Amino acid sequence: MLSFTLNGLKFRNPLILASGILDESGETMLKVIEHGAGGVVTKSIGIQEREGYENPVVYELPYGLLNAIGLANPGIENYGEEIRKAKEGGVPVIGSIFGGNAEEFVYLARKMEEYGADAVELNLSCPHAKGYGMEIGTDEALVEEIVREVKRNIKIPVWAKITPNTDVVRIAKAAESADSLVLINTVKAMAIDIEAKMPVLSNKFGGLSGPCIKPIGVRAVYEVYREVEKPIIGVGGITTGKDAIEYLMAGASALQIGTAVYLRGVEVFFHIGKEMVAWMKKHGYSHFTELVGIAQVR
Amino acid sequence: MYRVVKIEKIVEETPTIKTFFFRDDISAIPGQFYMVWLPGIDEFPMSISYIKELKAFTVKKVGEGTRCMHKLKVGDKLWLRGPYGRGFKITDKKALFVGGGSGMATLAPLIDRLPGDVVIAARTEKELLFHKRFRGRKVYLATDDGSEGFKGLAHELVEKLLEKEKYEIIYTCGPESMIRKLVDIAVKRDMDIQASLERLMKCGIGICDSCSINGFRVCVDGPVFMKEELIQMNDLGKFKRDKSGRKVLL
Repeated sequence: MLSFTLNGLKFRNPLILASGILDESGETMLKVIEHGAGGVVTKSIGIQEREGYENPVVYELPYGLLNAIGLANPGIENYGEEIRKAKEGGVPVIGSIFGGNAEEFVYLARKMEEYGADAVELNLSCPHAKGYGMEIGTDEALVEEIVREVKRNIKIPVWAKITPNTDVVRIAKAAESADSLVLINTVKAMAIDIEAKMPVLSNKFGGLSGPCIKPIGVRAVYEVYREVEKPIIGVGGITTGKDAIEYLMAGASALQIGTAVYLRGVEVFFHIGKEMVAWMKKHGYSHFTELVGIAQVR
Repeated sequence: MYRVVKIEKIVEETPTIKTFFFRDDISAIPGQFYMVWLPGIDEFPMSISYIKELKAFTVKKVGEGTRCMHKLKVGDKLWLRGPYGRGFKITDKKALFVGGGSGMATLAPLIDRLPGDVVIAARTEKELLFHKRFRGRKVYLATDDGSEGFKGLAHELVEKLLEKEKYEIIYTCGPESMIRKLVDIAVKRDMDIQASLERLMKCGIGICDSCSINGFRVCVDGPVFMKEELIQMNDLGKFKRDKSGRKVLL
């Protein structure tokens, strides 16, 4: 009921670990795969080693998480072993990359392909890193160029992860030459501690994730599904089987799970899969792909 | 969301270690930790060293954050989240507690709760922590420079003790190289062991992967690990990950 093929890659289920959560080291990704993930996306890797921001980098809220890790990563030259290790898990491993221009993205994508990644995900959407992510991902011309150049230079599929902090349809159209679109990244946000009278995150701004952003993600998937003829991977607040089904109905062909790992433990992939199957059985569906886009009102 | 607590008492334990007492209603078990935020300065993990009505952190000056914490006075505030992680599992096995350096801070509330003999180790006599805290116990001291007690490393003293006396479990916290040696001893002698690990930690809630060792997250799967987990950790005492996540020699 849950296995499927996307961009030529076989997945045992549509619940993929989202970039940035438990995916810096190959051994941790293996643990996540053991706990049922259908695939894993790595932490976003750049040209240079980066330490990220000083603590606090994460803040727990009653309805989600606020984070500004700051694209901490060991740098692409040090990342081959982690990909090779994660590949032992036998599910697709997608290498997430971030660069400041098309040339950097191409270099990183080629390296990921060489390391054995099954696809690359372009981080065009991190909301808290100067010169990267969303700062690039809100420029249509740059998005179009980056996706086209990466696509031209590697054979493995290219996923473009798009920010909700702008007009998603406009950016999704610019990224249309990607094999799949990943919607959404975290929502730019802030929290102030009123006793300390200052922002909590050392970077001041961060990305909001978890149940509170699900309606934003569902809306983005719904809007883009109508306008762009590419598979959409839905992400943002998926915590239960019902959340997963909601995203499918909006138009997602696959899903990514991040903050729910914090809310329900690494076992969350098993739990959501089970809950999806139970719902589908109860409502007479034999495969999850039957649900894709059915809530679209034409 | 942070809880704000007031420092009620400060005790100078060694030239580099101070204990800060505070009140917090949320119950914690030995081996668990909090994330402590000093606004505008840093946030870092800190295990609890006293666990009753008055709780405490026993803090060694190691970096910018802990250096600033040492300047705090009674009445100053701390911002806390937690307690987090898995603490020590209480067993009724005959216990030997082995604390190295500031690792004694983590081990102390467990020793308060359980019978057993204690090994306290430090570089030098001045840095021995809590060697007067446990009355009516057998407390063995070791210093690297021989300025007090046994001259040598903690695991060397443990080997000596094990020749005379039988223990069924080692509870330990301290430098990873010491823990590695103690795990090897426990395997060789077919004893049980539980160890509290310390790694560079960012989120404290199991999502960022910074503190992971061979797929085990110190912040939520630990910080206290059982023997069967410790023996799976090939990096223990050998490799760590730096702030970027790169694997480097310990």
